Amino acid sequence: MTGSTKWAGDVRITDSTLRDGSHAMAHRFTEPQVRATVRALDDAGVPVIEVSHGDGLGGSSFNYGFSAVEELDLVGAAVDEARRAQIAVLMLPGVGTSEDLRAARDRGVSVARLATHCTEADIAAEHFKVARELGLETVGFLMMAHALDPEGLARQARIMVDAGAECVYVVDSAGALVLDEASERVAALVAEVGKLSEVGYHGHNNLALGVANSVLAVRAGARQVDGATAGLGAGSGNSPTEVLVAVFDRIGVRTGIELGAVLSAAEEVVRPYMTRLPTADRLSVIMGYAGVYSSFLLHAERAGERYGVAAHEVLAEAGRRKLVGGQEDLLIDIALGLALRSSDPSSTSPPSGCEE
Amino acid sequence: MMANMGKRPIVGIVGSGNIGTDLMVKLLRSEVVDLRYMVGIDPDSEGLARAKVAGLEASAGGVEWLLSQADRPDLVFEATSAATHVGNARRYEEAGVRAVDLTPAAVGPFVVPVVNLNERSEAMNLNMITCGGQATIPMVAAVAAVTTVEYAEIVAAIASRSAGPGTRANIDEFTRTTARGLVAVGGAKKGKAIIVLNPASPPLVMRNTVFCAISPGADREEIIRSVRHMAQRVQEYVPGYRLRADPQFDEPREGWGGKARVTILLEVEGNGDYLPRYAGNLDIMTAAAVRVAEGLLTHAGRGGGV
Repeated sequence: MTGSTKWAGDVRITDSTLRDGSHAMAHRFTEPQVRATVRALDDAGVPVIEVSHGDGLGGSSFNYGFSAVEELDLVGAAVDEARRAQIAVLMLPGVGTSEDLRAARDRGVSVARLATHCTEADIAAEHFKVARELGLETVGFLMMAHALDPEGLARQARIMVDAGAECVYVVDSAGALVLDEASERVAALVAEVGKLSEVGYHGHNNLALGVANSVLAVRAGARQVDGATAGLGAGSGNSPTEVLVAVFDRIGVRTGIELGAVLSAAEEVVRPYMTRLPTADRLSVIMGYAGVYSSFLLHAERAGERYGVAAHEVLAEAGRRKLVGGQEDLLIDIALGLALRSSDPSSTSPPSGCEE
Repeated sequence: MMANMGKRPIVGIVGSGNIGTDLMVKLLRSEVVDLRYMVGIDPDSEGLARAKVAGLEASAGGVEWLLSQADRPDLVFEATSAATHVGNARRYEEAGVRAVDLTPAAVGPFVVPVVNLNERSEAMNLNMITCGGQATIPMVAAVAAVTTVEYAEIVAAIASRSAGPGTRANIDEFTRTTARGLVAVGGAKKGKAIIVLNPASPPLVMRNTVFCAISPGADREEIIRSVRHMAQRVQEYVPGYRLRADPQFDEPREGWGGKARVTILLEVEGNGDYLPRYAGNLDIMTAAAVRVAEGLLTHAGRGGGV
């Protein structure tokens, strides 16, 4: 395996608490929370810590929720606290821009993770180029990976690697992949791009398979795995970093992270500020089952409340309409449509689905 | 212009791809202009072949050929690429030919026909901004006509199949240019644009959501009236431009800086002229460009004054 000179362990864990967890925190992270989290994870030996709005750089918006604190200030605080860890940012082309990457680099970030829907890798080509020119390590994120077969996903990974990605992740944004479905995708990517880049796995726990899928991903050749401390992430959360560390340790996969210290980070730093405990409740299971982008959770709840309809029905309809990450706005449209239909069963307005 | 007095002004299309071909279908219906030319650079282009069948003078000789014709066009539609238009723009201007630019080059000022065409009627070169801009700026302007829009944000979702290689290679250009248009033409104080590509099959019809930050005390009934009226005006050239519902109002929430929010949910179905109906994003560009050209040329035809 080439390209692994920066990391001596068997699997490099990136902790995404301060990015994916931003969804669960409704993007209200404070600077003291970020500083304490980075300090604790850095002490535990977590090699990469991701910090951004949940929807990546530039995500602060009506559509996704405004950040309580300017995200670059949080990024700067994280860089300030990290002694050994690298600080990463996420960026979704179409939401953020190359300028955001430059601004993040100027704050001391060293890893750029560039995310697209799993079929749209080419829209990130310009950003991989920019990130490389900025001297950033590059990671590609193929989101909603359940929606594409392994071969198709591998072809998209190839586009990212050709554009400059040093690692490409299978990203189970909907927490929909079940065991072999995860490892087959990782294996397809390793076969396609493994000589040129690493392959990673980012799991969600909507079907309670984040850690199990991660183990299978590593057995299929993944060298990078994402976790979130105490599982703090979108939907029913990510694979908990501390559980990944414990499980990998048990099966002899070296992460370089000290279990006791990362358990302390989870118990003493992250849990106390969590506003909701990620759990596989009805909404999360529906998301995993129907293949819905995990970040839709809070937005569906809010739209459901606003229009007096059930959030799980909003999510199920989002799955039927095949919405992709970033289309939070259409949850309003769905909730409004459900409300109108329930108040007037004969109503045909607004139309039931634009894709029909 | 004088030589052509009494007759319909002559127009040409530069670029024989999908956009150029869809423009051709629309312009052949126009009672205002005389579509005479289509030029490209690929002699085997399907667009040029279609143009010949439709009775146009079509050539793969590019702008050089077009500007050397005895009957020069009064106006051209640029349906090439931003880089190409930067080079061509100067030649059009030297030749006294007006240009409606559908690329993101932004050589000339931004125009949205229902918002600021009247103010731009003397411009030699007008830029059509982006598809998301054409779809959403009218709505921002409609709200801004009633109350101050502190911040406008739009989310455009288009079918993956309708996003061409140019858009894909430079997606930042979409977000940047659209955001600028929300301010410069829409009248918002600040703007943000988001674009999402959705690969669903069958392809989804273009969707746009417009969010505006407004004062909680703004006249909501008046905003609804203004938005409905604006939608009707856009429907005159894009019949498939629809409000999915009346504007939705939300009271101030944490993080909104004390502002209320109005949300406008739009669907843009194309006319299916050459491009498929789901590609409302492309249709609204070509339909708006035709509208701009007709506006400019009828204005000029009245004697160039006013």
